[in-house]
Amino acid sequence: MSVLSVRDLRITYHTTAGGVPAVRGVDLEIDRGEVVGLAGESGCGKSTIAAAILRLLPAKTRIEGEISLNGEDVLEMKPGHLRTVRWTGASIIFQGAMHALNPVKRVGDQIAEAITTHHQAGEREALVRVGQLLEQVGLPPRRIADYPHELSGGQKQRVMIAMALACNPNLIIADEPTTALDVMVQAQVLALLKELQRELGLAMLFITHDLSVLVEVSDRLAIMYAGQIVEDGPAQDVFYRPAHPYTKALAGAFPEIGDQRFRRKPSGLGGDPPDPQRIPSGCPFHPRCPVAFDSCPTVEPRLFASGEGRRAACLLVEGALTGVRKDES
Amino acid sequence: MSAVDGTRSEGGVREPPVLELRELGVNFAGRVGLVAGLLGRKSVDARAVDGVDLSLHRGEVLALAGESGCGKTTTARAIMGLLKPDRGQILFEGRPLGRNLRDYRRRVQMVFQDPTGSLNPRQTIYEIVAEGLRIHHITRGPNGETEEQLVARALSRAGLRPPERFFLLYPHELSGGQRQRVVIAGALALDPEVIVADEPVSNLDASVRGEILRLLLKLRDELQISILIVTHDLGLAWTVADRVAVMYLGRIVEIGPADDVLTKPLHPYTKALLDVVPEAGGIDRPILQGEPPDPTRVPPGCRFHPRCPEVASGRTKTSGVDDECHAEDLGLAELQSGRFAACHLARLIATGRAGGDTPTEREPADGQEKNSVS
Repeated sequence: MSVLSVRDLRITYHTTAGGVPAVRGVDLEIDRGEVVGLAGESGCGKSTIAAAILRLLPAKTRIEGEISLNGEDVLEMKPGHLRTVRWTGASIIFQGAMHALNPVKRVGDQIAEAITTHHQAGEREALVRVGQLLEQVGLPPRRIADYPHELSGGQKQRVMIAMALACNPNLIIADEPTTALDVMVQAQVLALLKELQRELGLAMLFITHDLSVLVEVSDRLAIMYAGQIVEDGPAQDVFYRPAHPYTKALAGAFPEIGDQRFRRKPSGLGGDPPDPQRIPSGCPFHPRCPVAFDSCPTVEPRLFASGEGRRAACLLVEGALTGVRKDES
Repeated sequence: MSAVDGTRSEGGVREPPVLELRELGVNFAGRVGLVAGLLGRKSVDARAVDGVDLSLHRGEVLALAGESGCGKTTTARAIMGLLKPDRGQILFEGRPLGRNLRDYRRRVQMVFQDPTGSLNPRQTIYEIVAEGLRIHHITRGPNGETEEQLVARALSRAGLRPPERFFLLYPHELSGGQRQRVVIAGALALDPEVIVADEPVSNLDASVRGEILRLLLKLRDELQISILIVTHDLGLAWTVADRVAVMYLGRIVEIGPADDVLTKPLHPYTKALLDVVPEAGGIDRPILQGEPPDPTRVPPGCRFHPRCPEVASGRTKTSGVDDECHAEDLGLAELQSGRFAACHLARLIATGRAGGDTPTEREPADGQEKNSVS
C-alpha cells in the first residue's frame, strides 16, 4: 500500500479577480521508504500540492480529486482527526526555518510542544525524546535550551527536521528545505535528510526548483509545468535523458561541471513561466518550446509512456514511442 | 609574475588589466556592549576582505566564487566604491582611483541580485534607464544620438525588443527575467567597460537564468565588456567564466582558467566546494563540517587549516608541511602556468620537493586567459 496517493488533484485559488487554477489534474504515488522529487519553477503549483496534502490551504480554495494518506482520504477528514494526522501521519519541513521557529521560545520546548500536543508523551518524557531527536539530527543535546537566535541557519534547519520527526510520521514533505542555506551547509543538511530517510524508512516528498539537488536525493522525479506533471520516472533517467523539452531546458540550467556541452553555453528558454490565469491552449509549454510543431497549440498531450516506468506529456514522445528516447543534443 | 603579468596570449600584445585590485582590505568595525567595554574588552574588527589581489582583463569574464561570508560581495562593493577600502589599492586602466569617482562610476557598472529591489517601482522603464544618463549629464551620445535613442539602444541590447514597447511600462508589469534585463539596460546606457554582477541570476527562475547569462556573454563578445560575476554557484562559473577565483575568509585561495580550476583544483578548499555541487549518486561524498568561518577570528597560519581535509587526514604531516599549515600565512603562488593557489601542500606537490623551503613572498593573483577549448 502506498503511503501517499494523489488522484486527479485540481486546486483553484479563490481571488477577487476570479479563480486561479494552480494545480490542474495531478497524480502522484509515494511508497514506503521512497523519495519522490517534485520539481518546477515558481508558480507551477508544487508548493500548493504540499500544502494540500495536509489541508493547509486557505479556506475558500477549491480542492477536487483525491488525496489518500496511509489509506485515509485527507479531503474527507473531520477537523479533529485532521489535527492528529498532521505531525503524526505526515509533517512538513518548510524553506525558511528562521521564520518558522518562535523567536521567544527555547527550541527544545518548541519540539516538545509537538509531542505533548499530540499526547504522545508527558512533559518529562517529551524532553527525553527531544534530546534523542537533537542527537539524531546532529545537534548536541545542550542546544535544547537555546533560543533560535543562538543557532546558525543550518542548525535551525536541523531543529525543524527534528520537529518534523518528533511524532514518527510515515511521510515527510520537504518544501525547499535547503534553498536558503549556504552551499556547504546545504550539502550537510541534504546528507542528514537522506541518512534519516534511509534509517527510518520514511516516505518523502521533496520539493525544490533545484533539479540537481533532487536527482541526488530522489528515487523518482516528477517535473511540473503550469499546474501539471509533464514528466516523471526514475530520477537519473529523467535528469540525464529527459524526454520532455521542458525537462531538458530545466536540466540544462544545472550543468555538470566538466561537461564540455555546457562550457560557455548557458542554456535557457525564451519567455516566462505562464500566468496561471492565462494558460496557453493545447500543450501549455508550446509558446516556449524549441521543438513545437503545428499540432501543439491545439492538442493537449496526456502523459504518454516514454520508457520503463517513465511518462512524458509531449506529442513528440507519442510519435517516437520506441523505448527510451535518445537525447539528441 | 613577470611573464604572465597583464599579458594576453594572443599575439603577445601587452595590455594592462582594465581593473586591478592590490592587497585590497575591508574591515567592518566590531562592537562591544557597555559592560564588556567597561570591563576592558576590546572590540574586534571583522576582516571581511583581507588582502585580495585580482585583475580583470578587457573582454574577460571572471567568476568570484565562495561560501557566504567569504567576502566576495564585499569585494564587489569595494570595487564599486560603495565601501571604502581600509587597505590596498584599486586601479582602473592602470591608474589608482582618486577622489573623483564620477567618470569611473560611469565606466564601471553594477548589476545586483534582486532586480525587483534594484528598480524604483514608481518610475517607468524609460526613466529608470535614462536616470544614469541624466546623473552623468549625458544629453547626447557620441554620434549625436538623443536620450531617447540611447535608451532605446540600451533596452534593445539588453534583449527588450522593440524597446519602445517598454518605455512606459512599470517594473511590476514585467517578469523577473525582464526586470533583470532592465537593470542591465540601465548599466548599458552608460556604455561601461566593466560590469560587476553580484549573483545576477540567483533570484530568477531556473529556465530564465540561461537567457540572462547568454546576454552577458553576448555583451562581452560584441562590446568587449569585462564582466566580474560574483556567485556561489560553480556550475554557473563553468557555463560562463574564462577564469575563476575562489575566495575563503577574505582572501583568494585559488585563481586560474575555469577549465583547470573547476576540473583539476589545486587547493583543498576548491576541491571541497566542488565536492558539494549536487550530482546524482554523490550523496555519500565527504562534506566539510562546521559553519562558514568567522572573519573576526581569522586562524593563524593557513586560514583554511582548521577545516582542511588534508590536515585532518594527516596528509600534510606525512608530507612534512603540517607545521607551516599551522603557523605560516601564505599568499598565492603560481604553481602552473596561469594558475595560482595559496596552499603549502599544493606548493610542495607542484615543486616536487619533499620538505625544503617554500617561497613566502606574495604574488599577484594574475593570470592569463588560456586559449581554452570551447
